[in-house]
Amino acid sequence: MIRYLAQKLVEAILVCAFVSIATFALIHWTGDLAMSIGGTEASREETERIRRFYGLDRTLIAQYFDWAGRVLRGDFGNSFFSREAVLTMVAHRLPNTIALALASLTLALLIAIPLGVVAAVRRGTWVDRACLGVGVLGQAMPSYWSALLLILVFGVELQLLPISGTESWRSFVLPTAALGWFVMPLLMRLTRAGIIEALASDYIRTARAKGLPRRAVLFKHALRNAILPVVSIAMVQLGFLLGGSIVIESVFALDGIGLLAWSAIQRSDFPVIQAIVLLVAFLFVMLNFLSDTVNGLLDPRIRHG
Amino acid sequence: MAIEAAVTLRPPRLRWNAGIAIGGGIVVFLLLVAIFADWLAPHDPYAQSLVRRLRPPVWEPRGTWTHPLGTDPFGRDYLSRLIHGTRISIAVGAGAAAIGGLIGAVLGILAGFKGGYFDRVISFVISARLALPSLLIALAVLQVGGSGLAIVIAVLGFTHWDRFAVVLRTATQQVRRQDYVTRARAIGCSDLRIVTREVFPNVAGHFVVVFTFEVAQTIIAAAALSFLGLGIQAPEPSWGLMMAEGRNWMTTNPGLITIAGLALMITVLAVNLLGDGLRDMLTPEGRA
Repeated sequence: MIRYLAQKLVEAILVCAFVSIATFALIHWTGDLAMSIGGTEASREETERIRRFYGLDRTLIAQYFDWAGRVLRGDFGNSFFSREAVLTMVAHRLPNTIALALASLTLALLIAIPLGVVAAVRRGTWVDRACLGVGVLGQAMPSYWSALLLILVFGVELQLLPISGTESWRSFVLPTAALGWFVMPLLMRLTRAGIIEALASDYIRTARAKGLPRRAVLFKHALRNAILPVVSIAMVQLGFLLGGSIVIESVFALDGIGLLAWSAIQRSDFPVIQAIVLLVAFLFVMLNFLSDTVNGLLDPRIRHG
Repeated sequence: MAIEAAVTLRPPRLRWNAGIAIGGGIVVFLLLVAIFADWLAPHDPYAQSLVRRLRPPVWEPRGTWTHPLGTDPFGRDYLSRLIHGTRISIAVGAGAAAIGGLIGAVLGILAGFKGGYFDRVISFVISARLALPSLLIALAVLQVGGSGLAIVIAVLGFTHWDRFAVVLRTATQQVRRQDYVTRARAIGCSDLRIVTREVFPNVAGHFVVVFTFEVAQTIIAAAALSFLGLGIQAPEPSWGLMMAEGRNWMTTNPGLITIAGLALMITVLAVNLLGDGLRDMLTPEGRA
């Protein structure tokens, strides 16, 4: 087990290092930073001054190590615009994004698991088809579109809920619904597939043969086994949600890191963009490592495989 | 990091199914609309008119048949823009999935076929790619490098190859163990020949299935980029852009966002149905 974890940890650290290089390289290779900062009106001399001021005239490798060294000490630099420390800006908004991601994931699981179980138990009937239909529909609806529809119905027509901001928990209801609806289909399909596979296995036949009631077989034996991959994918999805809520946050003007990233991108505020990309990637790697650990602990086949 | 995919190899059992019929039917229809957009569109999709701004669609009291779906905030005919938007969606979806497919297939087959060192390096690259938030990266690149159809396709292609790599890696690992590969090697075929003649034809089914799925994904992603203002630029009739432009008027003219969104949803739904149908047909065990 220790060996398995050590191996996964080294892999995770390497991925983080690689991601930091990729983040850095992407932004420096795709365009001229000094020109992006200066804007189209800046003269040649002004652009050169910006280049020297931000140290953009040094070699890329020198710039990278300089940046990476400071990041390791927790210094992500200051915003090009507000001059505020990037770390403070991100830390200030992260709770909103985490709250949104956790709430959406919880909502998605609360819908996905019962639907998946029902669909699996009633496999091949109209119930199953209806559940799959809901899933297919959910996957085909772009999240910002369902968000706009929710705004139209609950915010504008019925005037039940606020359509923007972060003032109270009520502001989170519509964004949570939009984002939860977006991740629900995948989790439902996984639950359904897991239960179908579990129901066909030997231990279920044994459980049935020794006369356990249907309910006990389904919930104590089948669901417990089927839920493992769902939980591990849910953790990975949480990583995607932290990075993917950018659209939802901008539609609802929810002040999280997604909205911060979007406004930073529009202003070419690169220290902020780099910090957020890196943070989301690190969180993703961490959640993956956690999910690997949980899987390794629960399933000996994985850690020895 | 889990980069395994559930892949089983069986001789393809060709079976017609409802997904292929419905999904395929709609996809063919959309292709025809895209090809004949110039003839089908009642008006010029770029022609602005200040006096004809924000006309309602025909089913509303003030609607007319001159503009069946009304006009947008710039007075352009909505139906014509919707029809021309089909071209953009299909070009982005097919183009980006083709680029992603090329990168992913080369990496996945190389990792699965060579194994060992190649496999470890490529698996690592896939893990790193999955860790990077693709929408954020795409937005940042478009902001620095400029927007436009070609660059949107390229950026989406370079951020959507991971699924191809994961699935084809696993599929290739299984094909590699088959007798016909051992036989080809025994009679002295080169690696390149084995990959092109033996491996690829046997994993092509998986490629097609992932391809349809990625077409749907990149169409949604491209619309998201346009919606956020960094994708395909005005005045192009991109569906995502149409929604973004209509957003400020959505309380009075909800059609501006609902119709383009519906078109997007039907397109994605059709491509996904086709993909699911193809998966059931080409890989009978792949059903989930």
